[in-house]
Formats: sequence, C-alpha cells, structure tokens
Amino acid sequence: MGANDSYFSGIKKIFNREQPRMPVIIFCLILVAVISIILAIGLGPVSVAPATVARIIGSKIPFLKEYILPTWAKVDENIVWGLRFPRVLLGMIVGSSLSVTGVAMQALVRNHLADPFILGVSSGASATATLGMLFGVFSFLGPYALSISAFFGAALTIMLVYTISRVRGRINIPQLLLSGVALSMIMDAVTRIITLSAPNALGLHNVTYWLSGSLAGAKWGYLTLPAATICFCMIILLANHRALNALLMGDETAGTLGFNVGRLQKMLVLVSSLMAGTTIAVSGTIGFVGLMVPHITRLLVGSDHKRVLPVCALLGGILVVWVDVAARLIIAPEELPIGVLTAIFGGPLFIWLLKRNTARR
Amino acid sequence: MKLQVENLSFAYDQDPIIEDISLTVEKGEFVGLIGPNGSGKSTVLKNLYRALQPNAGVVKLDENNLFKLSHKEAATKIGVVGQENVLPFDFTVEEIVAMGRSPYKKLFDGDTQKDKEIISKSLTYMGIAGMAKRNFLHLSGGEKQRVLLARVIAQETDFLILDEPTNHLDIGYQIQILDFVKNLKVTVLAALHDLNLAAMYCDRLYVLKNGCIYKSGTPEEVLTPEIIYDVYGIKADVSKHPATGKLNITFLPGSLNLN
Repeated sequence: MGANDSYFSGIKKIFNREQPRMPVIIFCLILVAVISIILAIGLGPVSVAPATVARIIGSKIPFLKEYILPTWAKVDENIVWGLRFPRVLLGMIVGSSLSVTGVAMQALVRNHLADPFILGVSSGASATATLGMLFGVFSFLGPYALSISAFFGAALTIMLVYTISRVRGRINIPQLLLSGVALSMIMDAVTRIITLSAPNALGLHNVTYWLSGSLAGAKWGYLTLPAATICFCMIILLANHRALNALLMGDETAGTLGFNVGRLQKMLVLVSSLMAGTTIAVSGTIGFVGLMVPHITRLLVGSDHKRVLPVCALLGGILVVWVDVAARLIIAPEELPIGVLTAIFGGPLFIWLLKRNTARR
Repeated sequence: MKLQVENLSFAYDQDPIIEDISLTVEKGEFVGLIGPNGSGKSTVLKNLYRALQPNAGVVKLDENNLFKLSHKEAATKIGVVGQENVLPFDFTVEEIVAMGRSPYKKLFDGDTQKDKEIISKSLTYMGIAGMAKRNFLHLSGGEKQRVLLARVIAQETDFLILDEPTNHLDIGYQIQILDFVKNLKVTVLAALHDLNLAAMYCDRLYVLKNGCIYKSGTPEEVLTPEIIYDVYGIKADVSKHPATGKLNITFLPGSLNLN
C-alpha cells in the first residue's frame, strides 16, 4: 500500500495542475511518442517485431547504418519503410495538427466545444478539396493544389461560423453550435455529391475517405507540407501564448491588457485554417480529436497556453497513432475508417462537456 | 496622469447611445460616473478603454491623443477592470494576476524574477496571497473581484478605469474593494451604482442621463434631492452624516406614503 501511495503522489507531483513539472512531462511524452511510433509500425495484419523495426529505421540513418547488419527480410523492410512508417508519422502529424487546431479555435471562440469537426471546418475543407480536384481550379499549384483548396474551404467555414455566431460583439454559444452543424451538413452534402458523381476524377479518394478519414494512403511525399505547417503554426502560437491566455478572459479584457484583438483573431483564423486544410487534404475528416485532446491536456496541466500547446501536440499525435493501430487491427484484414473510431470515443465526451457547460450557467 | 474627454459620441449602427460627453479627470482624483441603468455609463468607459470606437470626439491622456497610442502603450498607462469576469477555462489566481504583466512582454518572453515579485506583491496587497494556487472558477464573487484588481495592480498603471467594480457584491466586499482602490493613490474613473458609496469615495461625480451628462461637480453639488428625483425618479432625503462628514442619502419610496 505504502509504495503504491508514494507512486501516486509522485504522479500527482508531476501532473499537478498548479505547478506541473514541464520538462519531465515533455520528456516523458516524447519518449512515449517514440515508443508508440516503433510499436505502431510493427502492428498490423502482418506484424514486425519492434526490435526489427528499430533496426530497419536505424539502417536509414547516416552514420548509424554502418553498425547495423541487415538480417531482416526484404518484405519486412518494404512494410516498415514503404508503408507503415510514413503512415504512423502521418498519424503523428495529423493528430498534433488537429489537436492544436482545436486549441486555437477554442481560444478564438472562448469555448471548450470548438473543434474543427464540430464547427464544420473539416467538412468545409473536404468540400473545397473535392471541388478543387474535380474542376482543377488550383491545378497550377501542382502537388499542393489539394491542400490549398482545402485551406480555402477551412478559412471560409471558420469565418462564416464566427460571423454568424457573433451577436453584439459576443459569441453566442447555441448559435455557434447550430451554425457549425448546419454548415458541416451543407459541406458534407457537397462532398458527397461531388465524390459520387465524378468518381474517376477523384482517383483513389472515395466518399468514406472524405467523410470518415483514413491514413491508409500515406506516402512519404504527403508528410512534408503538413509537417512544415504544424511547425510554423506552433511557433506562431507559442510566441503569442500570453495573448491566447488573455483572449480566454474575453475580447475586451485582452484589449485592455495591450493586445490587438482584431489582429489576433485574424491570426487564429489563418493558423487554424492552415493546419486544418493541410491535414484534411492528406487524411480526410477525423473528428473529435481537436475536442478530446485539448480537454485532456487541460485536465493534466491547466489552461496556460505555454504548457497546453506542446503537451497537446504530443498527446494528439500519440492518440491518433494508436487509434490508427486499432483501425487496422479490429476487423483485420479489412480496415475501419479512423474517423469512425474517434467519433465513438469523442461523441460521448462532447455530450458530457455540453451537459457540464449548461449546468454551470 | 490627467484624462480629458471632449465631445465624445457613440452609436450602435444609427442608434445613438452616448452624445457629446466631455469630462476631465485630474491627476490623483477619484471620479465617479453615476446614472440609471442604460444611461450609458459602461458605453462611455468602453469608448475610453477602446473596446468600442467612438463616432466623434477626442480623448487626451496628458495631452497625448489616446487613440494614437498602440494597444500595448495604452495598456501601460490605463488599467481596466470591466464587467467581463466569466472565464470558461481553468486558470489559477496566480496565472490571472500574471496576465497583468502582459503589456511589458515581448513575444516568447517568460516571467522574470521582477515579474514574480510584482505578482506576489499584488497578491499580498489584495490579501489573497494564500489563494495563489486556487482555481479562479471556484472563488466567490468578492474573491474574484479581488483577483481582477490584483491583476490590474500588477499592470502598474497610474490610471484605473473601473466599471461597476462592486456589482453583485455584499456590502462588506463593496467597501473593502473601494478601500483597496482608494488606498492605491492612483487616478480613478469608476462607474458606480450605489449613490452612498459614490458620495463616500468620489472627489467629483458626473451624472449621466439618456447618454448625456446631466450634471457634474462634487457629491454635495450633484447629489441633491432634486437631481436624484430628475434622474432616477425617486424622492430622497440628503443629509450630512455627523461621523463620516459625507453625504447620507435616504430614499423615500412611494409605497411608504410619506408626505
């Protein structure tokens, strides 16, 4: 019993909301992330031992490769390096992006319930992405056409939701949720019409991909843009962590604390759309991650954005990596769309938050 | 610090809320803004702390145009406790007070030792050092208001704008909060509801009615039975209290049939 107690008090000391030990938490999360990546690469319809995974990855790193003897089968290397590694990394990036987008949107509308999926931003991005593919509007932009059209859809939806739900300078919560639902239904319908009527133009992408999300098609080439985007947006958000904290106190208060609120809101719309757009272009809509992860993060380390942002990015990545493992194992050799699984866990949490929010007022 | 407001007007769309407001607050003064609900007290203050943009008028702070200052500069000169105190997220008392240091910070800056000292001094001044680690959401109304005042103290401005700082508080907290403000020895412009408290703490008063200044002057000049009747529509008896030397206003409601 005594040992158990001290174990718990140790955990409490690290994750204490008043003064969390940030270096310890970040270090642990990075460690868990690396271990998760290695384990997740090994898991699937064909399993590869974690040690082999680690050695195959090691063999790709200059300097290190001279010390590693290639004793594994060529098939394993193809699975690990060609298929699973990019997929798991994409899961990491998508999870981080969606979670951080959730944090940014929650600061923008000052509410726990904001999330790119719930407010229709993901649906907007999917709709314009499919439109862009069909008509080739942005085709002159080459490989980034899809991401850029998704970005425009995300930005348009955020601005619409934000404008509709603002009543006399304040965000009206029922209005916010209703406009989010309405917009996401409209946008989903657009996506459905496009994908069903022009299946050839859309290549591999089908309705399920856009509406429920999937990491199945991951390639190395898909990683660059979303990875660059999340790094860029994280730096901007971390630089403005004080402003984000102040925004949670209200627009007027943030103004009296010396922040240019109009400019901040534009920055948040831009950053959220960038992250949502680039993510959705490569993974489709994965719902509720942006809702769940920030919430769990705040329970662990409090609401200060200086702590919330890095913890949220790491936790989100780890969560999506494991949900994706579940997605490819539960009904193997078939795959579940990952968005179906996140909805099963995220939906109830959303309802609980909604109940709690109304109870407080 | 001296504040000068000249001919300030503001309208929501075509609907004028305040018109032609001129007022001054001299260095070190405690000036009160009184008037019935909807008379435009908050609107005047919001125009001064730039939550709203006036349609006309000039606001000068020590001869500088307030609207020409950057948000950051303005925040080092004017501290505000507004009516927003609903916080949908968990923050500790200390974190909220630390927000008062924001105007002095650049991007990426962390809290320095000096910031920490200022924060702990503000907490101690408001008598809430013991609550530093408590969650703001779990505090009572009076405690929350003390935290918000501590935040504005940590902001280290010479000028305070307070929008009904004693709203929803019991009489003990009302007097405590105003005592704290008075003892800061800074320049204050406050919207107040309670006329007795306004008489007790303010050096001068401006009375607002329908978005215009109806009367201004010392509490003795402004708080006469006639003006109170004109503005609030209620009869009152005004006398000087023998112990405090301040005005004492007793209201005489119609239901008591005192003629």
